[in-house]
Amino acid sequence: MIALLTRDLRLALRAGGGFGLGLAFFLILTVLVPFSVGPQSALLAVIAPGVLWLGALLACLLSLDRLLALDWEDGTLDLLATAPLPLESVVTIKALAHWLTTGLPLVLVAPVLGILLNLPTPGYVWLVVSLLVGTPALSVIGTFGAALTVGLKRGGLLLSLLVLPMYVPTLIFGAEVARRGAEGMATSTPLLLLAGITAAVIALLPFASAAVLRVNLR
Amino acid sequence: MTLTVSDLTIARGGVPVLEGLNLTLAPGQALVIRGPNGIGKTTLLRTIAGLQPAVSGSVQGAEETIAYAGHSDGLKPTLTVTENLTFWASVFGLGSIQPALDAFDLNELAARHAGNLSAGQKRRLGLARLLVTGRPIWVLDEPTVSLDTRAVQMFADAVRAHLGQGGSAMIATHIDLGLEAQVLDVGPFRAKLPALDDFDGGFL
Repeated sequence: MIALLTRDLRLALRAGGGFGLGLAFFLILTVLVPFSVGPQSALLAVIAPGVLWLGALLACLLSLDRLLALDWEDGTLDLLATAPLPLESVVTIKALAHWLTTGLPLVLVAPVLGILLNLPTPGYVWLVVSLLVGTPALSVIGTFGAALTVGLKRGGLLLSLLVLPMYVPTLIFGAEVARRGAEGMATSTPLLLLAGITAAVIALLPFASAAVLRVNLR
Repeated sequence: MTLTVSDLTIARGGVPVLEGLNLTLAPGQALVIRGPNGIGKTTLLRTIAGLQPAVSGSVQGAEETIAYAGHSDGLKPTLTVTENLTFWASVFGLGSIQPALDAFDLNELAARHAGNLSAGQKRRLGLARLLVTGRPIWVLDEPTVSLDTRAVQMFADAVRAHLGQGGSAMIATHIDLGLEAQVLDVGPFRAKLPALDDFDGGFL
């Protein structure tokens, strides 16, 4: 399992691996928002938590279509399915590798990008906390979407259509934690719900992902 | 570990392709599968490897014993030859990749990226993966595609060594490998059943 994780991380960091793609997208999106909204720092401060969450979510989505499709194209998935690793752990490791190369960097740069959007000072901690708790769910749900569309040519668009609705609960509660934090209100209820969603998704979805992957490999 | 296939019916895309297939593969045995294009050789091998379910019949002795090699080699172009092999060796829990590099003459290429290899070299690397799996039954689908005569010889030697160690191999190929192998022509087992008409037939 560790071999699979290190292989995926290594592949992501090598040429054409797509590491940094999501980060660059996140950066550009947050730079563009003040241009489109106009130079009203009070308005930016109000929308900053939501925009940052939406940006992080879309950046996560960007690299999902390569998550399993590349392994399917070159036959690696067939070979992994006949290897001693259960497919459930294969998809879990893939989701973890996706989070480490996409989600975690987004969490780390979010405070820097918060400055661009005039995020109120109390919001920084809660933005990082909410992203840290919420982005693993994005990777795991995304892996499920990738497993559903794995054999399809140009499955990337369909993948987005399937995955985005499933991201809604995470987005609602994640952005709510960041917004309440920025406004100095209590955050424990949405944070607990966000953590609950993430925990449930991590516990259950790998089984669904492995099941659809088995069907798609036939 | 003996592989026993009894009364197997297999389908591809909802259409049964082969039916009533029986075979046994004992340790030390090699079985060459022949038949015209589209008869279902690949489907048969994928069913035996557990990648797709059979319509009816059973495959026994295939649990955790099969090393499958299909049309694609499962290589990552941005990893080196050594990294590709080491990955599979650690997935299957084996340590050294040196015997595999030696058997397929890959030592000089060890540090090259798999993306820079020729088609034949990639195939040699894909076949070398079989040696790091440590699995007793090799299920190989057209393993000699894009190999030159010398590489085919290397492959035949590797299979012979594997059989000598009590392993077995089931190979779909049309060239003569010079092995002491039984030949199974699957042509007579062509399915006469109608297409599956259940709801999920297309997924089977």
